[in-house]
Amino acid sequence: MTEPGRIDHQEGRLAIAGDWTLVHFATLKRQVDRLVQDRAPSPEGVDLAQIAALDTAGATLLMKLVGARSLAAIDDWAPELPATRRALLRTLGEAMADNRPPVTLPSHPLKDVLARTGQLVEGLWQQQRQLLGFIGQVLVTLAATAWRPGRWRLTSVVAQLHQTGLNALPIVALLTFLVGAVVAFLGATVLRDFGATIYTVDLVAFAFLREFGVLLAAILLAGRTASAFTAQLGAMKANEELDAVRTLGLDPVELLVLPRVLAMMLTLPILTFVGMLSGILGGALVCLLALDISLIQFLAILQRDIPLNHFLVGLSKAPLFAFLVAVIGCLEGFKVSGSAQSVGEHTTSSVVQSIFMVILLDAIAALFFMEMGW
Amino acid sequence: MSTTQATTNQAPLIRVRGLANRFGQHSVHEDLDLDLYAGEILGVVGGSGTGKSVLLRSIVGLLRPSAGHIEVFGEDLQRLSDSERSRIERRFGVLFQRGALFTSLTLQENVALPLIEHAKLDRADAEALARVKLALAGLPGEAAIKYPAELSGGMIKRAALARALALDPEVLFLDEPTAGLDPIGAAAFDRLILTLRDALGLSVFLVTHDLDTLYTACDRVAVLSRRRVLVADRLDVVAATEDDWIHDYFHGPRGRAAQQAAHPVEDP
Repeated sequence: MTEPGRIDHQEGRLAIAGDWTLVHFATLKRQVDRLVQDRAPSPEGVDLAQIAALDTAGATLLMKLVGARSLAAIDDWAPELPATRRALLRTLGEAMADNRPPVTLPSHPLKDVLARTGQLVEGLWQQQRQLLGFIGQVLVTLAATAWRPGRWRLTSVVAQLHQTGLNALPIVALLTFLVGAVVAFLGATVLRDFGATIYTVDLVAFAFLREFGVLLAAILLAGRTASAFTAQLGAMKANEELDAVRTLGLDPVELLVLPRVLAMMLTLPILTFVGMLSGILGGALVCLLALDISLIQFLAILQRDIPLNHFLVGLSKAPLFAFLVAVIGCLEGFKVSGSAQSVGEHTTSSVVQSIFMVILLDAIAALFFMEMGW
Repeated sequence: MSTTQATTNQAPLIRVRGLANRFGQHSVHEDLDLDLYAGEILGVVGGSGTGKSVLLRSIVGLLRPSAGHIEVFGEDLQRLSDSERSRIERRFGVLFQRGALFTSLTLQENVALPLIEHAKLDRADAEALARVKLALAGLPGEAAIKYPAELSGGMIKRAALARALALDPEVLFLDEPTAGLDPIGAAAFDRLILTLRDALGLSVFLVTHDLDTLYTACDRVAVLSRRRVLVADRLDVVAATEDDWIHDYFHGPRGRAAQQAAHPVEDP
């Protein structure tokens, strides 16, 4: 475009000339740095009259050259400059005169590691305390509203049922069907050596009725719905909608959390049932195609070998898992602070926590049911 | 007012002709014309819902208009390729209504981002320059390493202005810059805009509801009403236009107070 800025030495004075703009920032900065390193020139030794173009980037470099305070007093030492240019330099000088660069504390690697570990452990402890507290709060609110049908939010429960239940049905059915087929294949391969391939039927049925139906459905809902709850409530929190709910004299737990929790507790048993059916169907298909066990034979074995209590054991876990997944999703949503990053962090945390909780509880439940002989 | 006299003869920097914006059945603009000249501060006013922000978004290219064309620096934005558009958009600085700072970056990182990406400065230089821009926008030095979530609404506005100014743009688009600022801060903001305009030769497209800003800072005022620009001229001409809305706006109690504050002698 035009000639880049330069600093000329003329009769012991520094003549600033050319374009002092952002485009030439790197070259100009090198020149200024070299000069300042030797000694900072006094404003009297600087001549600004030949500058062609000047923007805030260039003005910043000039400030580096003569100092912010001299720049603020530019009217005294360079009155020949156009008023508009002086205004820019003066404004910049005044803004930076009392401006201290932010202080960053020096860090020590070992201390940082220890502090971070401490923070994590403390955070984990706080998280569990908050979760227990929130579970209590939800239960109290549930108890308080249960006796007053006027305060039931039926519309929003139904809307949540639609989103968390009906819309999740196809994916739950498909996934459990596939896992059912895989389990049947595994069983067939291992049992073939013992000539007991017929027990593949029992394997699939046991696995899906007691564990896989509910576990797969719960994990899917943790990934699909807990994250949605966190993002919904988190966005509302960031937009101050939750504060608005409170100032209107309403209870966010009753208004937003209960419908979600109740919808989940209705949804998951249904999805579990669907999961069991389609898992067993997947197994039946593999038995039919790979092991020549006909559908009638399959059903006959089911009826003979599998008592009802396995189904009940599996189904009984569903409401508990649903409650935890929903509560964790909502709680993490409430913890979101203003930023986009925070929404992401808490969504991740809610999915990880709810899947962890589901698997942990399932392990404990498996031990319990085994000891009880159910 | 010398600026206005000088600018009327030259070609406009931004030329909007026959602009229409429709959202489904709802039409916001129909056959809207508007010019922005180099070096002027154009105030855009209008009642709520008259599409001031929509107009701003169509000019900066965030919204594809339903009809009409917009020429920026003599080129039609919609006919340009992506890289050419990006080159032109770098000459814009936009201050959004709610700041739109990146929440995962500190203030100085927010301002330094365009400097690193477009001006190819290294990180230390960019952040040093960013701190100057933040100071220029009126923020204290220690605010530079804070995150947007830790700031008040007024400070976010200032930081957003610093980011809009990062690349020393030729045209500055401000969407209600003084809304949410205290009167002292708002007055300082007006002065800052004037200083920057005078020093850098900026053109400013200023959407506002603030009558004080109109009287102290704007060279021309465009009134948006009934889906088009009703009038765009010097403030005294606009204020004298025969129209119910304009009359209520400029001669209501607030309008009179702002006028008195700006020109105490001229008021009869």
